[in-house]
Amino acid sequence: MVPALPFLNPQIEVARAPNRFDEKLTSHSLELRASKVETLQVNVGKLCNQACKHCHVDASPARTEIMTRETVEQVIGALRQFRFPTLDITGGAPELNPSFRHLVSEARDLGTHVIVRHNLTVMFDPGQSNLPHFFREHEVEVVSSLPYFLEQQTDAQRGQGVFHKSIEALLRLNAVGYGVDGSSLVLNLVYNPVGAFLPPPQASIEADFKRELLTRYGVSFNHLYTITNMPIKRFLDYLRRSGNEERYMRKLVEAFNSHAVEGLMCRTLVSVDWTGRLFDCDFNQMLELGVAPELPQSIAEFDPLKFASRRVMTGAHCFGCTAGAGSSCGGAVVNSL
Amino acid sequence: MGYYEEEDLNRFPEIGKHRPELFEKFMAWYEACQADGALSRREKALIGFAVAHAVQCPYCIDAYSQACLEGGSNMEQMTEALHMASAIRGGASLIHGLQAHNSVNKVSM
Repeated sequence: MVPALPFLNPQIEVARAPNRFDEKLTSHSLELRASKVETLQVNVGKLCNQACKHCHVDASPARTEIMTRETVEQVIGALRQFRFPTLDITGGAPELNPSFRHLVSEARDLGTHVIVRHNLTVMFDPGQSNLPHFFREHEVEVVSSLPYFLEQQTDAQRGQGVFHKSIEALLRLNAVGYGVDGSSLVLNLVYNPVGAFLPPPQASIEADFKRELLTRYGVSFNHLYTITNMPIKRFLDYLRRSGNEERYMRKLVEAFNSHAVEGLMCRTLVSVDWTGRLFDCDFNQMLELGVAPELPQSIAEFDPLKFASRRVMTGAHCFGCTAGAGSSCGGAVVNSL
Repeated sequence: MGYYEEEDLNRFPEIGKHRPELFEKFMAWYEACQADGALSRREKALIGFAVAHAVQCPYCIDAYSQACLEGGSNMEQMTEALHMASAIRGGASLIHGLQAHNSVNKVSM
């Protein structure tokens, strides 16, 4: 498929109605159903040391929603009982949850592969300076957002001073063996567009990041994931304030790629919110669009058989995950357009 | 009604309302030009961005600014492309000074 430039837009209705995504799937003879659940993604709270302009969680230092120890124990119980191959911990800044390290330790003791969505700068909060060693000790896979390899773009999205703190944090992770040649400790970065446009091809921008971060700052990492900004919460507010909402939604719909549907993260992932409620993904979580009503609604009631081929709840925001090369928590879902 | 309305960018297919076969040929050619080939999509977007400024088309400038961002280019790179287009435009004017020289010399003692 040739990537259509905006100049060549066909006449496309902007998808606003919640069922527009399902209509698009139907028009391509597709149905969105989950396969086996491979990843339990747990959002342990909305508290964050940053307040990024694109955040679909609306996370910030002012948020008080945080997973309790009791709910964390329910998550650990589910890991023990159902042996999910991967636990993906997100937030907010998940490290700010007092039970974060307990969750990681217990999951690793069970042999679960643990991914932490680590924002880098939280490493400089009180009591967090030994995070690189904690991650190394538990062989956690670290996934960190760095929207660009230049200060101006990064600080525009994530806040003044974030870029240089992030570089310092990356150097500390490199120093303990993360993202360096010959090490098994994995450090992946996440690119989000700094504005109302789609990500570039993942392989191309990864090569730029590797070259520029190494030559400018001596930083290395394993892979770069490109993730499309979702028209949810703070990024949606930005789209509306800047007059970009209609244009951005048009762009997402226009770039619909049927080949991306098979690799969507919701097909192999179940998302848990800070109260223990279940969702098809973190984006649905922020829209309070729970799993299908016929399914168990909380982690305490999880049943892998019922979730294995469940229908996935969708909305217009789902066009964000099927645009272009597709988008997931693991980056692009197809290799080429 | 003003000239160069932003929303007109999305009405481009209306040009195919009359003599659609000509527009279809243009579209096929245009899309073939965009495909990855000996040049990457990013390089082609930067060329398009520079040419858009040289021909001073606001629709093209808008479209190719977005295409450059979505190709992974940043403002430093885009600005260099803009200066390339502008420098060649400036040089093209200056080199025509020789036409003036020739003209003046022809009638001068």
